[in-house]
Amino acid sequence: MTGRAFIPRNWRGFIFPVAAILVIEVAMRTIGVESQSLARPSEILRAAIGALADGSMLTATFQTLVSAFGGLIIGGGIGLVLGILMAMFPPLYWIAEVPFETLRPIPSIALLPLVLLIFGLGFAMEITLVAKTALWPVFFLTLTSVRGVKRRLIEFSSLIRMGLLERMAKIILPAALPGIFLGFRIAMGAALIVAVTVEIAANPLGLGYAMMLAQERLQPALMFAYLFWIGIVGWIFNALTVLLQKRCFAPRQSGRAAT
Amino acid sequence: MRPGRLYWLGASVLFTAALLAVWQLASDFRLVSPVFMPSPLRAWNALVFNFTEGVLGQRVLLTLQHMFFGWLLASAAGVAIGALIGISPFARTYLAPSLEFFRPLPASAVFPVAIAFIGLSENMVLFVIAFGALWPTLLSTINGFATIKPRLDEFARLIGLSRWQYIMQIALPNALPDILAGMRLSLTIALILSVTGEILSGSPGLGHWILLQARGFRSPDLFAGVLLFGVIGYASSQLVALLEARLLRWRGDSFGRM
Repeated sequence: MTGRAFIPRNWRGFIFPVAAILVIEVAMRTIGVESQSLARPSEILRAAIGALADGSMLTATFQTLVSAFGGLIIGGGIGLVLGILMAMFPPLYWIAEVPFETLRPIPSIALLPLVLLIFGLGFAMEITLVAKTALWPVFFLTLTSVRGVKRRLIEFSSLIRMGLLERMAKIILPAALPGIFLGFRIAMGAALIVAVTVEIAANPLGLGYAMMLAQERLQPALMFAYLFWIGIVGWIFNALTVLLQKRCFAPRQSGRAAT
Repeated sequence: MRPGRLYWLGASVLFTAALLAVWQLASDFRLVSPVFMPSPLRAWNALVFNFTEGVLGQRVLLTLQHMFFGWLLASAAGVAIGALIGISPFARTYLAPSLEFFRPLPASAVFPVAIAFIGLSENMVLFVIAFGALWPTLLSTINGFATIKPRLDEFARLIGLSRWQYIMQIALPNALPDILAGMRLSLTIALILSVTGEILSGSPGLGHWILLQARGFRSPDLFAGVLLFGVIGYASSQLVALLEARLLRWRGDSFGRM
């Protein structure tokens, strides 16, 4: 999950996919495949351009992103607050351990029938499931990074009689920020995955549903176009956060290690 | 272990019991709708009843089968292909970047493609589980092979190990921590894909079973099923942790000093 291997450092990484696409295109043209489940790369590209041009792909992307980020903000927010509270007051964490560890291993998608019963189809149930997923990485990374703030810094802040809120804002949160950001980054990857999964399994919204619909309507070119688009969207968001993380936290992290 | 650990664990169990009691009271006094939230006692009774009188045990076994066989296939293929690619710097340079594209791709997005090719069947579900769970193990195996210390390479050349001996005696043991970490993630993905596959295709299993309970508004049975998923998730991650502890014992404490 480091992301360093995501960006091919040199052009050689591109040779294989480009060659594969060309071979598939030529092979399918010479054999003359007419299939309801296969499509030539050129047809996939045309379908993608068509869906982008008429706006349907962008609408679907927007719906998926609303669910993913809605859930990320709600679940991540809850995880952040719980993480800070339980790091500051350890007994809170010790006492909540059993209920937490009971709920955590339940796969989000197994809660699908339940949220379907409560909310019906739509954004609410999808956001709920994404939030359940996004909560844990943010919670655990907040917990460990707030706990990891140097004892000396906290002693110093009580020495100069900083209040709890001020201490939080000026000392603890800035020191724990790289860890918290990492939690949000992991949660974002999971959020996109859960959103698409929920859309494929049940919810008539977003990229996952658009892909299912293309399959049901026997439009393999469009189906593959959505598959690659989902991959590209995931890749873009991951690359963006990796970049952001490097920009904002790389020097501070090394500085922290030196104190 | 933290001093007072047992004491706090006991407190946490008591706290859980208190939560359950509040939940029980809330449903006894109809503060929450029994359609969504059955009382814990009713959920527990549903669990016991469905196990003894119904098909729940069999459904759990079917889901475990999906998950386990898919994971086994994915792990075997992941380690084998990963070793093939990882052993050759040439293959790593040209193939690994393309494979990295699959890491952030939601594995469930393979479902529509697999349905188009195979149809809504048991085999389709197994295929998607194996395919989706393949990537963490495959990529971490490549990574494990790529990070072998140059000193070990030189040593292997010095004592004249064959390629096969090199893989079995140096590369695989060295990559084992990475491989096991990948397999742990693969198992989680296999469970998620089993549930999704059963919901989508109607192939019998616990995932399909809880969907039927929700459609019939039988919330106690639904909660019983969801609880079982928690148990499966917990037990499987503990199992892999056990496997990790056992297989990595040889590293001991000396590993860091090597």
